[in-house]
Amino acid sequence: MRVALFVTCLVDLFRPGVGFAAVRLLERLGAEVVVPPEQTCCGQPAYNSGDFANARAIARQVLDAFDGYAHVVVPSGSCAGMLVRHYPELFRDEPETLARAEALAARTRELSAFLAEHGSADTLDVRFAGRVAMHDSCSARRELGIGAAPRALLDALGAARVEFEDAEACCGFGGTFCVKYPDVSARMVSDKAHAVTASGADVLVSGDLGCLLNIAGRLKRMDSPVRVYHLAELLVGIDGVPGIGDGDTR
Amino acid sequence: MKPTSHAFADNAHRALDDATLQQALAKAGVGFVAKRRAAVAELPEFDALRQAGRAIKDHTLAHLDHYLLRFEETLQAAGGQLHWAETPDAACAAVLEICRDAGASIVAKGKSMVGEEIALNDALEGAGFEVVETDLGEYIIQIAHEPPSHIIAPAVHKTRAQIAALFEAHHRQPGLARPLESVPQIVDEAREVLREKFLSADVGITGANFLIAETGSTVIVTNEGNGDLSATLPRVHIVLASIEKVVPNLEDASVLLRLLARSATGQEITSYTSFFTGPRRSEDPDGPEEFHVVLLDNGRSRLLGGAFHDMLRCIRCGACLNHCPVYGAVGGHAYGWVYPGPMGAVLTPLMVGLEEGAPLPNASTLCGRCEEVCPMAIPLPKLLREHRRQEFDRGLVAGRSRWALAAWAFLARRPALYRLASRAGARLLHKLSRGRGRFAKLPLAQAWTAARDLPAPQGDTFMAQWRRSKRG
Repeated sequence: MRVALFVTCLVDLFRPGVGFAAVRLLERLGAEVVVPPEQTCCGQPAYNSGDFANARAIARQVLDAFDGYAHVVVPSGSCAGMLVRHYPELFRDEPETLARAEALAARTRELSAFLAEHGSADTLDVRFAGRVAMHDSCSARRELGIGAAPRALLDALGAARVEFEDAEACCGFGGTFCVKYPDVSARMVSDKAHAVTASGADVLVSGDLGCLLNIAGRLKRMDSPVRVYHLAELLVGIDGVPGIGDGDTR
Repeated sequence: MKPTSHAFADNAHRALDDATLQQALAKAGVGFVAKRRAAVAELPEFDALRQAGRAIKDHTLAHLDHYLLRFEETLQAAGGQLHWAETPDAACAAVLEICRDAGASIVAKGKSMVGEEIALNDALEGAGFEVVETDLGEYIIQIAHEPPSHIIAPAVHKTRAQIAALFEAHHRQPGLARPLESVPQIVDEAREVLREKFLSADVGITGANFLIAETGSTVIVTNEGNGDLSATLPRVHIVLASIEKVVPNLEDASVLLRLLARSATGQEITSYTSFFTGPRRSEDPDGPEEFHVVLLDNGRSRLLGGAFHDMLRCIRCGACLNHCPVYGAVGGHAYGWVYPGPMGAVLTPLMVGLEEGAPLPNASTLCGRCEEVCPMAIPLPKLLREHRRQEFDRGLVAGRSRWALAAWAFLARRPALYRLASRAGARLLHKLSRGRGRFAKLPLAQAWTAARDLPAPQGDTFMAQWRRSKRG
């Protein structure tokens, strides 16, 4: 099984450890992991800013880079949602490209969904007995309907899952929203960070680094004891790995 | 109402700093969400109903001309009169003419968002009529001289204490100096003041949730019964409605009513669901002598078949407001015009212009909760994005945002250059963070760091490390 990994721009830039964790998890399933070098970003910032010309150009680049791979895996619900839901929308009026976009959509999975589908729970080689709060990104939850997969993986780790209040609510990241409307975003992420802290969780995980950078940033500002990781990191073990926003000495 | 949507950011900032408003919003939001959830959970066929409702609206919109003309016929057959109004001014003029012809002095008004859209109260008061809002929420904001902040709960931004203070200031007269500590006391006092007005009003104006083409009936739902009183006590009843409110028949209306109440307030059915068909007939014990329907377009017909067509399915339930994290944080007034929340962020630029309304579609994380709860399955995030596309294409995006986007896209379209730039950026930021893992402050990142730290990159980029591991 050959799997092409779409690293995503945030993982590439901020948290390469998530990419390497994804590679290890996929390899344990017996996959040969390929990282097409011509990838940058999925184009969502342009798409959600109304710049459809650049969004289409970047989408075409992704279509080319991931051409011919039977499986495309993305460690982000947001970027996977862009490929699966929005590329076909972008090329609605271009039949040839639309066919390619639909084919890519059919081959693309968000990481936790792919792992759960392929029996990753049986191949984990670490355990985590702490209390874990799972944040579903809005795209994973609503665009892709992902919820059970990451939880099954957490259960396989032996984690004690804790619920927190208003879990369906957006964390306030929203791509450029968080810097265009910083005080509204701040209010939303504060509510989220308070709910997570109040849950008594030791660790917050999510499948989306955008949400995690946002929530971790607020948790650290509040001096919350909750540590923050991408789900993939927890699944390969976080011993000695500082959480998102934590320093080396911790 | 002069829109202030262009100033959304400032409006939102003030709203976030208003402790009383925040108290009111926190209380309201939780209640609406829990009630809707419980009501939907009790109805296993809710999703099937939603599909049926959507199909009814899609069908009606595809044949809107037919159903509107049919409605006109049946309305006239029942003795009612239809007034077509292309613009808000035309609608106001039609209402004023009816009121003048009726020799009215007091006009009792039930809640109507179309009334807000056409600024009817200003028109009526400007022409010398006394207008009394009979919906409790509308009455509260009328005496506070404020616009509604929610499409079904206009005074949701007010706390009980604020309402009691308003009543004390406005009702100070003999016999009304009662304590106003509890909700029943407040409601009793409003009832006493408003009853008097109902009895003396010459014209009653209500909105309409649906117009029924088959029977010529108009339908409104209320929980206070004020709609019935506004409609039946005065000599003349005027119904204000917009063209997309028409549905083919009573069965269709019943499907939509089941969706509306559950989505709006979590009720199976509202306390009053009233059907009005023409003026009083000779055998009727009561009812108005004249029955008028003023039918507003205000740009809606232009949306048919276009990018915003789906918005015409909206039944004004308010579920998207109640579930919107941005609305929940800043309330309705920050949106700066009549319709707030996600539906307002789609409608406002269409009605007041994209130049004025552009911040609204941008002030969203596109989290999709609105679409998820919309009983008409309106793809609100997609429509918000469509506004952004038009804003971008028309060159209305501010220079700084436009340049930043262009610079980023330039790199994102050149993978080799992008790898160099991202690598340089990641390494620089990692170095600057000096092992602390985050930044409390960073030049050019104030918007992020005002309320949260910025996690620092772990080191080199994934792509560089992957290549170095000789696997790439």
